[in-house]
Amino acid sequence: MSILVDKNTRVICQGITGGGGGAFHTKGCLDYGTQMVGGTSPGKGGTKDANGLPIFDTVEQARKATGADATMIFVPPPFAADAICEAAAEGIRLIVAITEGIPVLDMVRAKKFLAEFGDQVTLVGPNCPGVITPGECKIGIMPGYIHTPPAPGKRRVGIISRSGTLTYEAVWQTTQLGWSQSTCVGIGGDPVKGLDFVEVLAMFQADVQTDAIIMIGEIGGTAEEAAADYVQKHVTKPVAGFIAGRTAPPGKRMGHAGAIISGGEGTAESKIQAMRAAGITVADSPADIGRALNMAMRG
Amino acid sequence: MKIHEYQARELLAKAGIAVPPARVVESAAEVAAAFDSNAVPLQVVKAQVFAGGRGKAGFVKLVKSAAEAQVAADFMFKNRMVSVQTGPEGIAVKKVLIAAAVDIAHEYYMGLVLDRAKATVSVIASAEGGVEIETVAHQRPEAIIREALHPALGLQGFAARRVAGRLGFTGRQASEVSQLLLKLAALYAQYDCSIVEINPLVLTKDGKVLAIDAKINFDDSALFRHPDILAMADPAEHDPLELRASKANLNYIKLDGDIACLVNGAGLAMATMDVVQLNGGKPANFLDVGGGVKPEGAVEAFRILLSDSKVRGVLVNIFGGIARCDLIAEALISAGREVGFKVPVVVRLEGTNVQAARDILAGARSELPTLQSAMDLNDAARKIVAATR
Repeated sequence: MSILVDKNTRVICQGITGGGGGAFHTKGCLDYGTQMVGGTSPGKGGTKDANGLPIFDTVEQARKATGADATMIFVPPPFAADAICEAAAEGIRLIVAITEGIPVLDMVRAKKFLAEFGDQVTLVGPNCPGVITPGECKIGIMPGYIHTPPAPGKRRVGIISRSGTLTYEAVWQTTQLGWSQSTCVGIGGDPVKGLDFVEVLAMFQADVQTDAIIMIGEIGGTAEEAAADYVQKHVTKPVAGFIAGRTAPPGKRMGHAGAIISGGEGTAESKIQAMRAAGITVADSPADIGRALNMAMRG
Repeated sequence: MKIHEYQARELLAKAGIAVPPARVVESAAEVAAAFDSNAVPLQVVKAQVFAGGRGKAGFVKLVKSAAEAQVAADFMFKNRMVSVQTGPEGIAVKKVLIAAAVDIAHEYYMGLVLDRAKATVSVIASAEGGVEIETVAHQRPEAIIREALHPALGLQGFAARRVAGRLGFTGRQASEVSQLLLKLAALYAQYDCSIVEINPLVLTKDGKVLAIDAKINFDDSALFRHPDILAMADPAEHDPLELRASKANLNYIKLDGDIACLVNGAGLAMATMDVVQLNGGKPANFLDVGGGVKPEGAVEAFRILLSDSKVRGVLVNIFGGIARCDLIAEALISAGREVGFKVPVVVRLEGTNVQAARDILAGARSELPTLQSAMDLNDAARKIVAATR
C-alpha cells in the first residue's frame, strides 16, 4: 500500500520548462522510475521537453491527454498559488507544491479555494521536498538513492517532516539501521500549507505497510503540539521524533518562512515536552533520529 | 520586513486612521523646530529603532518644552540603546520621532496577525492596551478578543462591529472603532503584512480615538509586488554581514556565539546549531546555503563566516541532496587559499558526491592544516567544541 503515491501514480509537472528546477527534477523523477507523463508551461503548449514529455498550456489539456492524477509544481512564487488552484479545478487528486516563497495571503486564499473540493484533492507543501514511496514513485527534489524500498524482513517507517534536509538525515539513518521507508512526506516549511502532521499521522496509522512513524518538526506554530495530542489519542504505532530550533532566538525567522518563535509561541521546548508527554521518543540530537526510532520500536 | 514606528504611522494616516501630529528628525539641530511645529505643550520623544524595551532604556521621554525635547533627543543620538532585545553592545539611534502627547482616558490594543492553525488572518483586540499583548494573553486570556477573517472576503463589517462592541464601545464611538478596524484590515491585505498592531489605541478624554504607537511587518515573500514598501527598508538597522549574505542569496542570521556553522537546508542548519549547543558550544550564526548553491556563493559564505571576529571555529555540515558535497569541498579549498583558515574547521559530509568530496579534501590536506573530518553530526559537534576550547 503506502500512502499518497505508488507505482500507478501518473504525474505532470507544472512549470516544467522554467528555471525553478522543473526541468531538472522532472528528469530526476523519471530516472527514479516515477510515471512522469507530461507538463505544463503556459505559452509552450505543443512542444516537448528534453525527455520527450509533452508540454501543454493548461492543466485541463494535460489531464485530458495524459490521464495524470498528480502534479508537481515548480511554478515561480508570484504564480504558484494560481497553479495550485488550477490543478484542483481540473480534478488533479494530489498536488505537490515545491515552490518556495509564495506570499502567505496567496496561500490563505488558495487553501480556502481547495477546501471547496473537500477530500477530492490533497495538497502537500508548498516549500517542501515532496513525497516519495521508495521503489515506486518520487514526486519532488529528494535524492532517491538514500531511500530503501520495503522488502521481506525489513521493517517500514513512514516519515513526516517540515524540513527537507532533516528528512534526508532521518531516511539515511533509518536506512543505515536496516529499516525501509513506506512513504516520506515533506509537509513544508511555510506557515500556511496543505497536509499537516495530524493528517499524515492518520494516514500512516491506517496504512498496513507502515510499522512505525518518525515526525520531524521545528520552531514556529503549534502543529507539533496538535500532533502530539493526536498521537496520544489515536496512534498505536511507535512514533519517534525530532524538533529543530532549540537554540533559535525569538523573533528571528530561521530560513523557513514558518520557522519563527513569536509571542512566546512555537518554542522547541513546548513541542518536545508535548511530544514526550504523548509517548513519542524524541531525539535530542539530529544524529540520533534513527536510534530514537529503534528505541520507540522496543517500547 | 520591518519598518520604523514613524513609517507605520505614515501608512496608518494614509489609510485614514487618525494619529497625533508628529515629526521625525535625523539630527539634534532639527529638534526644536519639530517640537514647535507640533504645537502642543506636552510631547513624546521616541527613538526609532527596531528593538523593543525603549521605555525602560530611557529612549522614550515625555517632554514639556523644546529645551526638554532637545535634552532627550541629544541623549538618544549620543548613546547606544541597550535593552533586553539588543544585546550588551546596544544599537545606535539614527532617527527620533517627536509626537504630540494626548490626554488618555483609556488604552486599547488592536492588531491583525496570521493565525496559522486556522490558515487565515485574525484580529486580536483587547481593552487592556498599552502593555505587551503577550503578557495580557498569558495572564488574562479572557481579556483577549479574537476574530478570524474570512480567508477570501476579508474582515466583514458585522465582524468589525462585533469587535468594537466587545471592546466596550457604544454608539458613535463603536462605529468609529469598527471603521478603523476595517481600514486596518484593508491595509493588512493591501500591503501583504505579516503583523499590524496599534498599541496603544487610545480613547482621549475629549472622546477621540487615536493610534499612538504602531508596528507593521511585511511578508518577505510578497515584497516583489510592493516596491513602495521595499523602498522603506532601512539598511542601517540590519547587521552588515546579514545584508551581504542576502545579496549572495545566502540565508544567514548572526548570533552571539563563537562556532560558525555552514549548512544546507534550514531545518538542518537549525539542528546543527542545536547540536553545537548540546555539546557545550555556542553557535555564531544560522546559515543555510541552500540546495542550488554555486561555487562562488559557497566561497562567499566562508568569507562571511570568517569576517565575524568572534568566530573561533567553523563547522561544515552538508547532507548533499541537490547540493553537491564536492562543490562544498572545492569551495572550502578556494576559501582556504583566499582568506586562509586560521581557526579549526570540522567537516561532516554525507549524500550526493560524498566520495568525490572526501578525495578532494584528502588531496588538499597540506593546504588546510586546521581541517578535521567527522563521521556524523554528533562527532562533528564534539570535535569543533573540543578544538575551540
